[in-house]
Parts: sequence; structure tokens; C-alpha cells
Amino acid sequence: MGSITLKNVSKVFGAHAVIPSIDLDINDGEFVVFVGPSGCGKSTLLRLIAGLEDVSDGAIVIDGKNATELPPAKRGLSMVFQSYALYPHMSVRANIAFPLKMAGEDKAVIDKKVEDAARVLNLTDYLDRKPRQLSGGQRQRVAIGRAIVRQPEAFLFDEPLSNLDAALRVNMRLEISQLHQQLKTTMIYVTHDQVEAMTMADKIVVLNRGRIEQVGSPLELYHRPDNLFVAGFIGSPKMNFISGGPAASHQAHTIGVRPEHLVLSKDHGTWQGTVGVAEHLGSDTFLHVRADDIGTLTARVSGDFPVTHGDRVFLTPDPQRLHKFDEKGLAIR
Amino acid sequence: MATLHTRSAARLMIAPSVLLLLAWMIVPLALTIYFSLLRYNLLMPGMEEFAGLSNYTYFLTDPAFFQAVFNTLAIVLGVLFITVVGGIGLALLLDQPMFGQGIVRILVIAPFLIMPTVAALVWKNMFMNPVNGLFAWLAKLVGLQPFDFLANAPLFSIILIVAWQWLPFATLILLTALQSLDEEQKEAAQMDGAGALSRFIYLVLPHLSRAITVVILIQTIFLLSVFAEILVTTNGGPGTQSTNLTFLVYAQALLQFDVGGASAGGIIAVILANIVAFFLMRMIGKTLEA
Repeated sequence: MGSITLKNVSKVFGAHAVIPSIDLDINDGEFVVFVGPSGCGKSTLLRLIAGLEDVSDGAIVIDGKNATELPPAKRGLSMVFQSYALYPHMSVRANIAFPLKMAGEDKAVIDKKVEDAARVLNLTDYLDRKPRQLSGGQRQRVAIGRAIVRQPEAFLFDEPLSNLDAALRVNMRLEISQLHQQLKTTMIYVTHDQVEAMTMADKIVVLNRGRIEQVGSPLELYHRPDNLFVAGFIGSPKMNFISGGPAASHQAHTIGVRPEHLVLSKDHGTWQGTVGVAEHLGSDTFLHVRADDIGTLTARVSGDFPVTHGDRVFLTPDPQRLHKFDEKGLAIR
Repeated sequence: MATLHTRSAARLMIAPSVLLLLAWMIVPLALTIYFSLLRYNLLMPGMEEFAGLSNYTYFLTDPAFFQAVFNTLAIVLGVLFITVVGGIGLALLLDQPMFGQGIVRILVIAPFLIMPTVAALVWKNMFMNPVNGLFAWLAKLVGLQPFDFLANAPLFSIILIVAWQWLPFATLILLTALQSLDEEQKEAAQMDGAGALSRFIYLVLPHLSRAITVVILIQTIFLLSVFAEILVTTNGGPGTQSTNLTFLVYAQALLQFDVGGASAGGIIAVILANIVAFFLMRMIGKTLEA
């Protein structure tokens, strides 16, 4: 059904190679998230799959057929855009019906499919409104509705939640995940937000400067990052990196410890430091500790750990969860 | 303007300009109405006398009047049709990425900057002249009899000249509207399977509707009073075949020296223009809301 394979795909704008060369397999029914910092080529990659940009080299195979030269409409994909891209002069009903109308479907069939999609997305009461009369979350749902009525091989999402406020974003994240459970269709989702990536994905593709740094399940990336970039990008707050003396004692160029894997104590431990800023979240406290001879480390402790600015503390890394990297930044296992 | 005091102060402040504008409008209108009720001929100075509505009766029963009303409407509708359709076409072409885009766009705007009299004379003498004109030369090139545009199709020729002048205006307004169409909407339509024609009908045209309305409204105002092009090319003729209301009023006042009759014609023209404006706003004014 909706499997997508990229073979040696590259994209060059002028002299600048946005995507040097990418190979990737996406299985049917998977929820794949492309994640990476701004300008890493994740949106370009999505647009290449959609057919909105031409590939410079390589092949895109969708559902076993070579789709490299196919126009967007013939690829059997549908896309939800960052700006939603609803047609402003059409009602919600006409918006959702548009792809079906273009496909020349029967009026009765269209009506039924639109009603079904509206019911799934809780839009039944809004079918006769114009997009400008809807809230951000409702517009988002209309955009998704327009995507699902076509029953595509795969959905493409281009940062769909970035225009919503924080509370709504958490909500829509859940709704999209539920939709994926219901439809079991392949979904490709682009975001720069690693929380979205971690919570929604079956498989995360971490991109950096047009290259794939690592592909894996969220927990794989969290527990076994391949390199410094992935280690630093996945997880919040960021992993602490330490190089020099302490790293050499573990036979590594750099070692990485996540804030949640540092044990704090008032009287004994491996490294000593002074508490700089303490961020109290209630359940947890993030401590920024200026460790002697090492630099600033972030540590996560429970919310009732009694420290304030200027206290001396001891930090001990959990040896089982220490990440070691060589001088090229690759993980040593 | 939060308090009662500031509001009344504001009214006091704007009162002089409002009064001035009012006087500016009322005085000429009142004078025109006054003249239209007089028997006032420039050849008989000092002989003015009250004539009642007879000026209106003469003007409205003049066979040239109906011809003029028809010609006025023909010019407005003909030019609107050519400029809107041609403007959309040109705007679509100019929106495509191409080499030398900036220069081409400036060239397209150029006709709008040429004075109406100059433009009309250029058309009359260099294009439409049956002996020396470009069209005559082209016709002779393929062995046809040259066509004397201004003598045989005077109204059509004037519509052509005026449309040529207003086409850049329409193109410019429509092009800016076209450029404000969201790129992602076009891409979404592409993904939804809409071909170029469907995208034009369902996406581009609705998006342009407001700009088209603006073009129609603004052009109508100016097209109702086309004058210079007629004066320098056909002089309203042959006969009254290319006389519009404006030109008829001019002929009445300054060729027949009948100020009273011309004033009556002017008032009738104002009433007709208001009727046109009323229907225009009823028909297309809705697109300007919201």
C-alpha cells in the first residue's frame, strides 16, 4: 500500500546542494517524523516526495511504482500545509469536497465522503462556514479533512502545528496520533520540535544539513544516539557534553550525560560544582551547575531537592547511561 | 474621540473643510441647474429669459441624445470588456518568471502615461490612417483593400483606442492581486488534482474578484466622460455615430453656443451617471465588503 522508498535522492538549488544524497525506506502504515533544525532540508525533502519540487537526481518509489516523474496529483499523496492553505472563498464543505470534485466523483459520493470526514474531525456543525470564520484548530482540522477524503497512500504534514498556541498544539498532536491509529495510513510529518517527534513517531529521521544523521524509533534515538548531533538534538533539556580529562578517563574524546542521568548529592560524588540557576518546574528542578574544571552542566533533580543559588554540590554520572564519542563525534559502543 | 468634549471639538475642527467642500460642489451644481432653466445663447448675450423645462424637452427629444446614450454605454462596456479580459490575460503572462521581467512590466505600463490626445492622434495618424497607417500597410501587404477605421467603424475605433490606454491600468491592478495569491494554496490545489484551467477557475478568478471590481468601478467613472479621444479623432462623427453624452454637451455649448441646453444635458448626464453607479454598486459592490 503506502510504502515510500527514496533511492539516492538529491536536490540542488543553483550551486548549493540542499540535499546531497538520501536513501530512505518508509514502510506502509508507519508514522515517520522528519526532524531537524531550521534549514536542514526537511521541508524540501517532503516537497520532493510530494512532487512540488523536482529531484535533481535519484528516484522516488511510491507503492512499488516509480513516481519520480509523476505530477503531484498522480502520486496518491495528500498534504497538510503549514498555513493550512484553505481556499478562502469556499465553504468548509467545498474545501473538503474540492479534491473529490477535481477527481470527477459523483455528487452523492462526494456528499457522503465529506459528511464522513466531517464527523471524524468534529466539523459537522461548521460545514457551511467560510475558513475565516473558524479558529486555528478548526482550520487545521479542515485541512486534514481535505487530505483524508481522497484516501491517499500517504499523508504529508509540513509543520502543521507551528501556527497554533501551546495548549491547542498538545491537543492536535493527540488528535493526529489518534487519526493515525484509526486510518493506519502512512504519515510523514515534518517538524523542528523534538517533543512532537518523540511523542508521535513510530520512526524518527533526524536530518542535519540535508543529510540523515540517524533513523530509528524515538527510544532508540534517545538511548543509543549514533553521534553528537543526534545526542544533542533529542532530549530536553539538552545532553551535557564533556571533553578533555574526564572524557579521557572513559577512553573517549567526548562523553555525554543526560541531565536526568546525573545524580546529585550534597556530600560526595565524582564532580564538584556550584549551583548557578535553579529552574523550579514543581515536579522537577533543572539545576545549572558550574562544575569545577568542566564547565556548566544541567542536572534534573526532583522538585523538592533543597538547593539554592551558590550551594556546593556533587554530581555523579550514571555509568550505565554514559554516552561516549570519538573525535569525529561518532558514538563508541 | 473618547469623550463628548473631544467629539464636539473634533466636529468644530473639521467643519471648515466640510463647508468648503460642500460649497465647492453645491455652487457649480446650483449654477448649472439655474442655467438649464434659462434660454441662454452665447450669440444673444443679455437676452436670457426663464424658459422652464423646455431645454430638457429639446435635449431629451433630440435624436442625437439616444445615439449619445447608446454610444456612452457602448464605450463603457466595450472598454471594460477588453481591459478586464485582456488585463487578466496579460497579468497571467507577466506573472510567469521570465528574462527581463522588470523592463517588460514598465513597457506594459507605458500607454497609461501617454496623454489621451497624443495617444488618440498617434492611433489616428500612424495606425488607422487608410493611406499612411500601419494597418493599411498590413492590409496591402496581404493584398486587401485598406479599411478606413475612423470613417467606417468610428465607435469601434474609439473603443479600441480607449481600451489600449486603460489596459495597462487593469493589468497592473490585476497583476498585483495575482502576486498576492498564496503560493501554498496553489500547491494545495495542485496536490488536490486541479489542472491549470481548474486552478484558474476555482482559485485565481475568485481571488481576483475584488481587484476586478475595483477595475470596473474606477474605469467606469472615467469612461463615462471620455472626450479627448473623440475630439481629436472623429469629432463625434460621421454624423453623431461616435458622439457620447460628454461630447454632445460640449457640442451643444461650444459649437451651437446654447448654454441653457448644454446645462440641461449636463444635469441629465449626472442623473444617468448616478443610475449607472447605483446598478453597478448593486451588482458588484458586494465583493468589496468584508
